[in-house]
Amino acid sequence: MEKTPKWVDVALIPFLNLLIAFVISGIVVLLIGEDPIKAIKVMVSGALGSPYGWGYTLYYATNFIFTGLAVAVAYHASQFNIGGEGQATLGGLGVALVCLALPWPHWSVALVAAMIGGALFGAAWAAIPAWLQAKRGSHIVITTIMFNFIGASLLNYMLVNVLRPRGAMDPATARFARETYLPTFHDLPVIGQFFSKSVPANISFFIALLACWLVWILIWRTKLGFEIRAYGRSESAARYAGISPVKVIMVAMLISGGLAGLMAINNVMGQGHRLVLNSVEGAGFIGIAVALMGRNHPVGVFLAAILFGFLYQGGGELALETTIPRELITVIQALVILFTGAFDNMLRAPIESFFVARANARKEA
Amino acid sequence: MVDVQANEAGRQATAALATQAPAIELKGISKAFGTVQANKDISIRVMPGTIHGIIGENGAGKSTLMSILYGFYKADAGEIWIKGQRTQIPDSQAAISAGIGMVFQHFKLVQNFTVLENIILGAEDGALLRPSLAKARKELKRLAEEYELNVDPDELIEELSVGHQQRVEILKALYRQADILILDEPTGVLTPAEADHLFRILDNLRKEGKTIILITHKLREIMEITDTVSVMRRGEMTATVKTAETSPEQLAELMVGRKVLLNVTKTPAQPGKTVLEVENLRVVDEDRVERLKGINLTIRAGEILGIAGVAGNGQSELLEVLGGFAKGTGTIRINGEEIDLTGKHSDGQSRRRRGISHVPEDRHHLGLILDFAAWENMIFGYHKDAAYQKNAFIMDNAGIVKHTQEAMERFDVRPPIPTLPAKSFSGGNQQKIVLAREIERSPALLLVGQPTRGVDIGAIEFIHKRIVELRDEGAAILLVSVELDEIRSLSDRIAVMFDGQIMGERLPEETDEKELGLMMAGVVN
Repeated sequence: MEKTPKWVDVALIPFLNLLIAFVISGIVVLLIGEDPIKAIKVMVSGALGSPYGWGYTLYYATNFIFTGLAVAVAYHASQFNIGGEGQATLGGLGVALVCLALPWPHWSVALVAAMIGGALFGAAWAAIPAWLQAKRGSHIVITTIMFNFIGASLLNYMLVNVLRPRGAMDPATARFARETYLPTFHDLPVIGQFFSKSVPANISFFIALLACWLVWILIWRTKLGFEIRAYGRSESAARYAGISPVKVIMVAMLISGGLAGLMAINNVMGQGHRLVLNSVEGAGFIGIAVALMGRNHPVGVFLAAILFGFLYQGGGELALETTIPRELITVIQALVILFTGAFDNMLRAPIESFFVARANARKEA
Repeated sequence: MVDVQANEAGRQATAALATQAPAIELKGISKAFGTVQANKDISIRVMPGTIHGIIGENGAGKSTLMSILYGFYKADAGEIWIKGQRTQIPDSQAAISAGIGMVFQHFKLVQNFTVLENIILGAEDGALLRPSLAKARKELKRLAEEYELNVDPDELIEELSVGHQQRVEILKALYRQADILILDEPTGVLTPAEADHLFRILDNLRKEGKTIILITHKLREIMEITDTVSVMRRGEMTATVKTAETSPEQLAELMVGRKVLLNVTKTPAQPGKTVLEVENLRVVDEDRVERLKGINLTIRAGEILGIAGVAGNGQSELLEVLGGFAKGTGTIRINGEEIDLTGKHSDGQSRRRRGISHVPEDRHHLGLILDFAAWENMIFGYHKDAAYQKNAFIMDNAGIVKHTQEAMERFDVRPPIPTLPAKSFSGGNQQKIVLAREIERSPALLLVGQPTRGVDIGAIEFIHKRIVELRDEGAAILLVSVELDEIRSLSDRIAVMFDGQIMGERLPEETDEKELGLMMAGVVN
């Protein structure tokens, strides 16, 4: 059986999907009376045209890498974890508690502890839906989405009633000690000179890269990853092979929730320096699109996260520089998700048959 | 009544007319899927009032050809002529109006509808059901009398036996005025008695001038019922012969392209010590139905115990509980040691550590992960073995690929490419991958379910040989198959299962198909 070349599958088709999404976005921009070419220029220069832009793009991308990996790991076990938002929210709580608990001597020690705290809280928040799925068969899509709401309410309660410093008006924790601030790109050697102080991207980005590599090892090189993938592809065959569904669902979801929770080292510890309401800002949901577009592979997740980071930052610039409302960025994101995810097969089938036909023709010639 | 007779007379007249032209003539049909040429320039003439058999190995293109005839696929080239007229069949509606009826291997019936409702489904006369139902009831009565097709029209489909469900499928086709019937592997799910009844029905249909195309891989059925037989191999029609002028051996050779041993050659068993003892094994399924009702059996080293039975009488549950992925109660001992049936060590991997290997009945859902590469499938279930690890964390993927390559060559898996996904292999080669994985561990007990289901004749020979070899090396083998021929030729002892119980044991040389068939139907003398 002739197959389509790999570059078509991993590069050409996503690219064409993106192109269509952007063309349609351009039409929408035209319809509201703006110049799409100018809009693209603003977005590209705002997000990628300067170290300042990159500093924001990569900051957003860091969030999306963590939540994208979270969705991807669960996906390999055929669990659709929509609860990244809630797990990242709880991860924020974990990170904040760790940062406020002790007078940390140095950011590196605090970071290790905060990572453990964030991952544990995120994992714990995924554990309940996972257990309900594994033991009771409650559908994980329903339970994780419910847990997003519960998580938001829980955070609200904690910030208003427990963590708010005495006398403060807004529902937020106290500011963390300076010692816990993570080095931003400005603080790093060599590349630091290019980035200004105000840039939010920080060393969490490199931890996100490390997470990509570790997830790749986990999924494709370990026994556990083998069992996760086996269960994800065929539950009946996994049972035949003696792989415990309960174990796979639990472990995959714990890792997934832990990755989502880890996001908090970026947005809470690296940038906010305190925990506020809605600090996740929808990154948990963007993670679904990122995993979908990245085909649940860490490299794909990384690239898709950069793309969505670009959309986020470029969209912000667009709202500043033109009369195009910020909501349009949501439309563009939705179009990207629509075409890379839902409509993926629309282009895939004709392109694949085109390449198969071409390969056949070449063979006959 | 008069009406019906007039109708009948008219029909016979057209049948007589049609004798001049073939009921179906295919001219130069070709169809390719990607680079796979499923049908190559196929021409065939089926005369009216005959039963025409089409045999061929899996993947030979039989189903594709029939799908073209029934309008599921469009041929790349070629013509379809029906009753002497060139006909376009773009969809199944066109096939039905051309008088073609199809009985699929997997029935297309609504389980919680009655027989009558299923028959009129899609052929209702108007918006109101009542007149259609009344008409169908009358027609059904006539058909039942004419062809021995007795089914209670008011019974729900789910209450019917498989044989009766098949009759409903045939009735559906006849109700739609089909005079050309295509049956795809119709006896796969039937008991021998039900199969005999089906053949009587087909014979009646033939006498009434209907044309029947019978697709099967069972040579015995071809010899028994068909008038003409066409053999397909690798997308081509290799021969069309009169059944009376051929022999099973010749047909097998035409199918495979070389001489085939139809019977398993094996020496008498030399049973050693008892390996497997099963006592009072019971399994209750999720719906609280008792699937195994106290099974007792023993298998000794170097012996094959065959379990005969119609599918769905507890054989699957027996394999599942022995293989460790269904819970049961009772006692199972391997080499005298009891194994855990419900607790922590009742999973597939614990069973494998105790020397129980399992070639499952359903290789697509159990034995293989179709999306996984061959090398991943080759260690599936044994993936925790120390031999496959590089260190405590990382698996030795390169080593596994190499091991797979060697195993594929030993088992003649074609193509021997470990990185190819399992779904890219043919049924026979998929089964060889499963077999290689399970046999090469030299298990104490091998569980084998339907080892040759959907496997071509050439591979069947190979698989049977490997199973007998494993027996001769001293393994105990439990063989479950719905193919009575396979049970009879491979087994050293035969146990017959019916309704979750063992009806009795027979020695293959001391029993015959009739006796086994009666036992399979629950009749014991």
